[in-house]
Amino acid sequence: MRLSYPSNIKVIQVPCTGRVDILHLLNAIENGADGVYVAGCLEGECHYLTGNIKTRKKVNYVKKVLQEIGIEPERVEMFNLSSAMGLRFAEIAREMDEKIKALGPTPVKKKKAADQ
Amino acid sequence: MIVADRKSLEEILSMVKDYKNILILGCKGCVTVCNVGGVKEVEILASALRIARQKEENEITIETKVIERQCDNEYVAQIKDSVGSYEAVVSMACGVGPQFLSEAYKEQKFYPAVNTTFFGGAVSHGIWEERCAGCGTCIIHDFDGLCPVARCAKSLLHGPCGGSSKGKCEITKETICIWDSIVSKKMEQGRLNDLLKVRPVKDWRTARDGGPRRSIREELTK
Repeated sequence: MRLSYPSNIKVIQVPCTGRVDILHLLNAIENGADGVYVAGCLEGECHYLTGNIKTRKKVNYVKKVLQEIGIEPERVEMFNLSSAMGLRFAEIAREMDEKIKALGPTPVKKKKAADQ
Repeated sequence: MIVADRKSLEEILSMVKDYKNILILGCKGCVTVCNVGGVKEVEILASALRIARQKEENEITIETKVIERQCDNEYVAQIKDSVGSYEAVVSMACGVGPQFLSEAYKEQKFYPAVNTTFFGGAVSHGIWEERCAGCGTCIIHDFDGLCPVARCAKSLLHGPCGGSSKGKCEITKETICIWDSIVSKKMEQGRLNDLLKVRPVKDWRTARDGGPRRSIREELTK
């Protein structure tokens, strides 16, 4: 299909989104990521039954943590799509890129950059 | 087990606002089982605090450690070499932990990161409920193992009050009326007459009413 999506998005592969932990998402934010999103399988179609549903709850937990410390919770999101939905994958990447650009760089990153 | 909930990040941040180098100390006992103060929760709190402080441009160095139990001096002693190298220590154990630490290390400052809530268990994944009030004189053999002291909102010992409706307590829709459960179980087993038994008044001196409690087992003392 040769679809393009923003080149600033780094893809980290996991066997199932159930493997994604609260700490992975927090560490990404702590280390200066402007935003993180999890692309899981469609709900009800997880090969491991509930990996994507569990991770949505973890994503919501991280959103709450960010909100508590005054960082926009929208910087962390969860999306559901199947591996056959390449168009949707590119569309989500663009959506997320636009949203994060509108929010601006993370305040966490700003401080780190200033130190260097 | 002892069940606890993590304090809000706002509250914890205000406790450590003047420090730049702290230790977050977890406990592998009850708070690990109720997912509030074990290895993972310690790392999550450390990360959240670091993010918050980086955002405020007031970075904080946080080390993390988890010991077997904070309610045993032999494990508390494991941090004796390093405890002095931090400005403060945040304990993720139940309320017992910071006190054992505080008594062991007079020079250090200790802060609790959790609110200790009750003695209970997980009724399903992620949901814990109170089961014991630690009143010191257990009487649940009279009630088929169900405790009206801990589980009746009024700790009634002689039957349900007028707030019992369709098996639920009037305080919330989620709270069962434990007296409804006790009576139902007795009826199912055809032993309702058990409840007519005259019991001596409950001795509340063994509960908190008698002041802080102590348990001594001579065969174990040195």
